[in-house]
Amino acid sequence: MPRKPLLEFTDRGIYCPQGKFYIDPWKPVDDAVITHAHSDHAYLGHKHYLAHHLSREVLKYRLGDIQLQTIAYGETINKNGVEITLFPAGHVIGSAQVRVVYQGEVWVVSGDYKTEADGVCEPFEPVKCHHFISECTFGMPVYQWKPQQQLFDEMNNWWRQNLENNLATVVVGYSLGKAQRILQNLDLFNGKVYTHGVIENTNEALRRNGIELQPTTRITPDTPKEEVRKGIILAPPSAVGSAWMRKFGPYSFGYCSGWMALRGAKRRRAADRGFVLSDHADWNGLISAIDATGCECVYLTHGYTASFTRYLNEIGFNAREVHTLYGTEEEEAASPQDSPTNLPKGEASNEGEVNKVLSAGEDLGEVGILGGAKDLGEAKGGAI
Amino acid sequence: MKAFAQLFLSLDETNKTNEKVKVLKDYFNCVPDTDKMHMLALFTGRKSKRQINSTQFRLWAIEALKIPSWLFEESYHVVGDLAETIALLFPQNNTGGSSKTLTEWIAEINNLSTYGDEEKRHWLQQSWQLLDTQERFVFNKILTGSFRVGVSQSLVVKAIADIADLDAAVLTHRIMGNWRPEDYTFRELIQPQQEAEDISRPYPFFLAYPIQETSTVQKSVEDLQQTLGEASEWQAEWKWDGIRAQLIKRDGQLFIWSRGEDLSTDRFPELHPFMNELPDGTVLDGEILSFRQGKPLPFNVLQARIGRKNLSKKILEESPVALIAYDCLEYEGKDIREKTQTERRELLEHLQAKTAYPDVFNISTLIDFDSWESLSRKRQQSREMIAEGIMLKRKSATYQVGRKRGDWWKWKIDPLSVDAVMIYAQKGHGRRADLYTDYTFAVWDGDKLVPFAKAYSGLTDAEINKVDAFVKRNTLEKFGPVRTVKPELVFEIGFEGINKSTRHKSGVALRFPRILRWRHDKPKEEADTIETLKAFLE
Repeated sequence: MPRKPLLEFTDRGIYCPQGKFYIDPWKPVDDAVITHAHSDHAYLGHKHYLAHHLSREVLKYRLGDIQLQTIAYGETINKNGVEITLFPAGHVIGSAQVRVVYQGEVWVVSGDYKTEADGVCEPFEPVKCHHFISECTFGMPVYQWKPQQQLFDEMNNWWRQNLENNLATVVVGYSLGKAQRILQNLDLFNGKVYTHGVIENTNEALRRNGIELQPTTRITPDTPKEEVRKGIILAPPSAVGSAWMRKFGPYSFGYCSGWMALRGAKRRRAADRGFVLSDHADWNGLISAIDATGCECVYLTHGYTASFTRYLNEIGFNAREVHTLYGTEEEEAASPQDSPTNLPKGEASNEGEVNKVLSAGEDLGEVGILGGAKDLGEAKGGAI
Repeated sequence: MKAFAQLFLSLDETNKTNEKVKVLKDYFNCVPDTDKMHMLALFTGRKSKRQINSTQFRLWAIEALKIPSWLFEESYHVVGDLAETIALLFPQNNTGGSSKTLTEWIAEINNLSTYGDEEKRHWLQQSWQLLDTQERFVFNKILTGSFRVGVSQSLVVKAIADIADLDAAVLTHRIMGNWRPEDYTFRELIQPQQEAEDISRPYPFFLAYPIQETSTVQKSVEDLQQTLGEASEWQAEWKWDGIRAQLIKRDGQLFIWSRGEDLSTDRFPELHPFMNELPDGTVLDGEILSFRQGKPLPFNVLQARIGRKNLSKKILEESPVALIAYDCLEYEGKDIREKTQTERRELLEHLQAKTAYPDVFNISTLIDFDSWESLSRKRQQSREMIAEGIMLKRKSATYQVGRKRGDWWKWKIDPLSVDAVMIYAQKGHGRRADLYTDYTFAVWDGDKLVPFAKAYSGLTDAEINKVDAFVKRNTLEKFGPVRTVKPELVFEIGFEGINKSTRHKSGVALRFPRILRWRHDKPKEEADTIETLKAFLE
């Protein structure tokens, strides 16, 4: 008699009936295990949260006063006889894969991940399992990342050039993950790093969590514009084209995203420079990660699921496409009113702006449409 | 090749005109002269013969990449550009790319004509392995001959004009026509006085600006008065819908150039007798149209002929062409573009008066009008005249270079339009890659929707994002790259003309269909019917 699968896909999220808990649910539940603090994975409204230690402060900052338990990588806790262990996912600081074990059956939920070590978060660690639930945001063979050192060399050179040409430098990346990765790789010999309020709030949360980051200066209405123009500005996508950003002109602005690999996407953003920098695995990274699990079955939750599933099956994996609310390619332009609401009080959303900025999947994969809206809300409240 | 690949990347990385000119100048200053001429040929759309066809190109890429062909095609739909797809699919290499110059690469490419298929395949696959991603991209662009870059010819000309200290209009003229980078040197191009002018060389076309930017906002008589001044300073002609062309007679030889700078002399044999009769040193500007009994025929009659390689007797009988001349640019061997419109018109009339072929060598009649108001009324007759609207030319204007505001304006009639339902969608290309931007529209035939037109343009970026999201969430079926979507969204589709067609399900073919606006206010039931559409056929 086939028994019930250990994890199932429900309209609330990934559910473990035996353990009575959900992983990254998008509707309110009693018991939620959270892979990482991006808002398409960590929603507001659950009674109890379990996450990695390094997600603690960011989750509290983003979701407010929640009932949160945190554990270390490799630490196991037991819920109704089911063992839960977190392993590094290499996506952003505090991101984890969730391993679930019951009666010898092993499932792993990847959340979002990348295979290249970025020097900022704990690198991805392959975990042996029977069933692997994986993302595939960049599951097409045209996505192949360059080593990050090469990109950061280009970025630091570009900053230097801008200084010579009397241009301010604005680098755009998501407030959790990309921003810290960029920050840690900037050559401060060039100048100081100035941050948009949204990014600085996240930086502060991470510092409270014991993460050491390079020094940054929050931009406030009192920060002298000329000083800022001599440094480098780290801004979230919601700041692109805003009055806040225009104030520092003339500038050159660089956009950091995996989508920048395609000329079309780059031209749509009208960025001066596109840096192909992603916190998701590229094509080869996905395949090697899936292969390393030795799994019997892999489930693809978001990204180019249809093509990637077909390809995996052709090369001998047993792959299935599943539908979730994580930042999928299919849902990339979903309008905010269709998604559950998790905006903290006082942080208004701005649909028009969000749709303009978030037109490709990674945006959602990393932050989610609500994350975008949230960033924007903060941009209004938190920054100038 | 490295410099050329870098040029492409740098041009992509800026949206500012001045920056682009600077990038172009930097490029010209650092590459050999032969590279400059090859770059110029590529950037001005001069295609050399395609050596490897598209089927071979795909096939050999798939083979070298060792991926299934469906995955290759899916990748292509994500990227929206074949050259870029192949560039990205190969692994990133650390070979440092190629040290050969653009000239050397193009020589190798041209040499492919002496190769058999097997040698071509080997050469191509080896080149892909050798080049780095960016080089591979421009290399593919050169090979596939689809060299559209985000840089207008005028910017390239400006960069060279700056470097060589020459007038941009002179330079624009010098790069017109039939030259090949192999036998036109940079030195020849930029010398102060050119010794041997190429007798086939056309002048740059002067193009009109639309006076009415969009079809939804009408220009009133007062607007015209304000923009253009006194009506008496202008001449008006019908705007014909044919092939804009320049006809050259020099040293006893004939040349017919289309606006796309294609030499089409042989495609229009009917025009040769009257051209032979013209004095040497004559250049005319005008429109070639299909004509019968002194009347222009709709554009599709001409279109049927343009596509043919061989002009059969039947085609020549069914779709005879004639010229409607607008202007005279060279008279008695002298460039007269600096003369006024009125003076040039007189010379043109003088030439036409002497022709023995007045049926073929027509002259564009001047519309008689004494005020903007009366012209505005005349414009309403455009469709009966088989014209697209009216052309306005300032009587005192010289013949200028390219599309300029001020002295030539086109005042088109409003497009015909119907409200239609979107039923299929496909991903776009270039800037619209990976977004659903190409739509098929249908009208009602009883309780069924019949597709009648495809349209790509007319929506804003924000609207495109919304339609894209709708398509992704309302897909009923997928056929390769095409999705059948839930019929729900209604758009107003504009078009210039309509003709019967046996090739289309709907029985009609539209000329230049595009989206005028999204009818959020209309449910799909209120879209137009096939009867409405067919009523336009009269």
